Amino acid sequence: MANVISDETIEYVGILAKLELSDAEKEEAKSDMGRMLDYIDKLNELDTTGVEPMSHVFPVQNVFREDVVTNGDDSENMLKNAPAERDNMYEVPKTVE
Amino acid sequence: MAKQYETVIGLEVHVELATKTKIFCGCSTAFGGEANTHTCPVCTGMPGSLPVLNKQVVEYAIAVGLATNCDITQYCKFDRKNYFYPDNPQNYQISQLYLPICRNGGVEIETEEGTKTIGIHEIHMEEDAGKLIHDEWNDCSLVDYNRSGVPLIEIVSEPDMRSADEVIAYLEKLRLIIQYLGASDCKLQEGSMRADVNLSVREVGAEKFGTRTEMKNLNSFKAIARAIEGERERQIDLLEAGEEVLQETRRWDDTKECSYAMRSKEDAQDYRYFPEPDLVPIVISDEWLDQIRERQPEFRTEKMKRYKEEFEIPDYDIEIITGSKHLADIFEATTAICKQPKKVSNWLMVETMRLLKEKEMEPEDICFSPENLAKLIMMADKKEINSTVAKEVFEVMFANDTDPEKYVEEKGLKTVNDEGALRTTVEKVIADNPQSVEDYHNGKEKAIGFLVGQTMKAMQGKADPGMVNKLLKELLS
Repeated sequence: MANVISDETIEYVGILAKLELSDAEKEEAKSDMGRMLDYIDKLNELDTTGVEPMSHVFPVQNVFREDVVTNGDDSENMLKNAPAERDNMYEVPKTVE
Repeated sequence: MAKQYETVIGLEVHVELATKTKIFCGCSTAFGGEANTHTCPVCTGMPGSLPVLNKQVVEYAIAVGLATNCDITQYCKFDRKNYFYPDNPQNYQISQLYLPICRNGGVEIETEEGTKTIGIHEIHMEEDAGKLIHDEWNDCSLVDYNRSGVPLIEIVSEPDMRSADEVIAYLEKLRLIIQYLGASDCKLQEGSMRADVNLSVREVGAEKFGTRTEMKNLNSFKAIARAIEGERERQIDLLEAGEEVLQETRRWDDTKECSYAMRSKEDAQDYRYFPEPDLVPIVISDEWLDQIRERQPEFRTEKMKRYKEEFEIPDYDIEIITGSKHLADIFEATTAICKQPKKVSNWLMVETMRLLKEKEMEPEDICFSPENLAKLIMMADKKEINSTVAKEVFEVMFANDTDPEKYVEEKGLKTVNDEGALRTTVEKVIADNPQSVEDYHNGKEKAIGFLVGQTMKAMQGKADPGMVNKLLKELLS
């Protein structure tokens, strides 16, 4: 494996992904990520000078909606997806920025 | 000599667009609905839901871009900005990073220092987040997703501003352009226009910029001016003390008039942007651009010029009236009905401005219709009501768009133009006030004013003061 993922990197990626990993899981994730990066290195061997990056597979553009209200109040159904609710709102652990 | 510092300011301005529906779904954007009643699987980030772009959002963004002299990106895309926060149900915000819809623009501002161009780096389209309500007692937060997915444009300026005055002039300019376009009502207090201030200081003459901070939570022009002054001083104090300015986001507390750090560069987010796979590219043809260009309204500068040519009203009035799209619309529509620009302008400049100030309202909040203002002007013109009554009726009309004709009829406020009835009253007033009559005959011109007042009182205000004056003089001679 050419790419070695450091402990700091896996820690940082864990923070970004909001994942808490055990030491065993961290080791496994480090080796997985190293292998993924090796594969990316393989792709990088190809000369892509002058090739536009492709962001979409289908040759489709300009898919629009007209500005017309089509949805009514479906909050009763919507809130069925809430882990907890109160006063017609989603209740979540306290977050203060 | 003490060091001289220069403030360098750039702004990020978020504007909520005036569409009827959200940017990626058919939910209403109406303000003030009960919590979560304007939500669907798309704007609450349900797996498997697909966003479809609202065409009007693209048109508004292009219109604002054209009006601010930007280049329009004719091949344009959305990107996904990843972050976790409960106000963002998808765990990403759909925004634009690589190919924003507008770039390289600028607007001209005027301050006491003169005219100056403020560059616009880019304008991009994105979606708003939901609203978090913190519950202090139960240690939890409640989320309302009605605002999630409401379309925004973010206008990013170049760091071209050097003072609070320039910042306010720039914001006023943007607000006017956007209001004239009808793309947003741009109310800072209600959050439909929000400005983040990026500010750094450097010694005068220095080439390099200093370290900047970003200031959030500024919801009035006054708060912005105070925050700029406060942050400038804070940074200069740090530098003078030999300390460093940290690159961080700060939150302005306008009641305490100070700011505190929200997050620093160390824990800066890595948003891991990538092209939004659920939305296809937007290709803006020359024809589409031309259509939007043709639909652009008359902007303030052109309007001011036209008013000067068309109406005989003072320049100062023109400046105030065109300073609000809503006010200008009322002026034009009322003038079209009653054909009296001077009088319409007077009502707007004097009574309307007085009431707006008294009630702490903005011109955008005016609710009376041009039809009703025209009726009032025509009634006063025909002397059906006198000026005191007209002002009284205006106040009622200002409050709830009451039809002045009906109101005057119902309250019996019409001026009594029956000379016979008026003559009887004037005769009685003369008989009751011999002292004043004598004073008048002895050359005290002022005494007549008292008699006019007494007559108006006896007529319960419903007389034409000019006519009373005339009758008095006639009967006293």
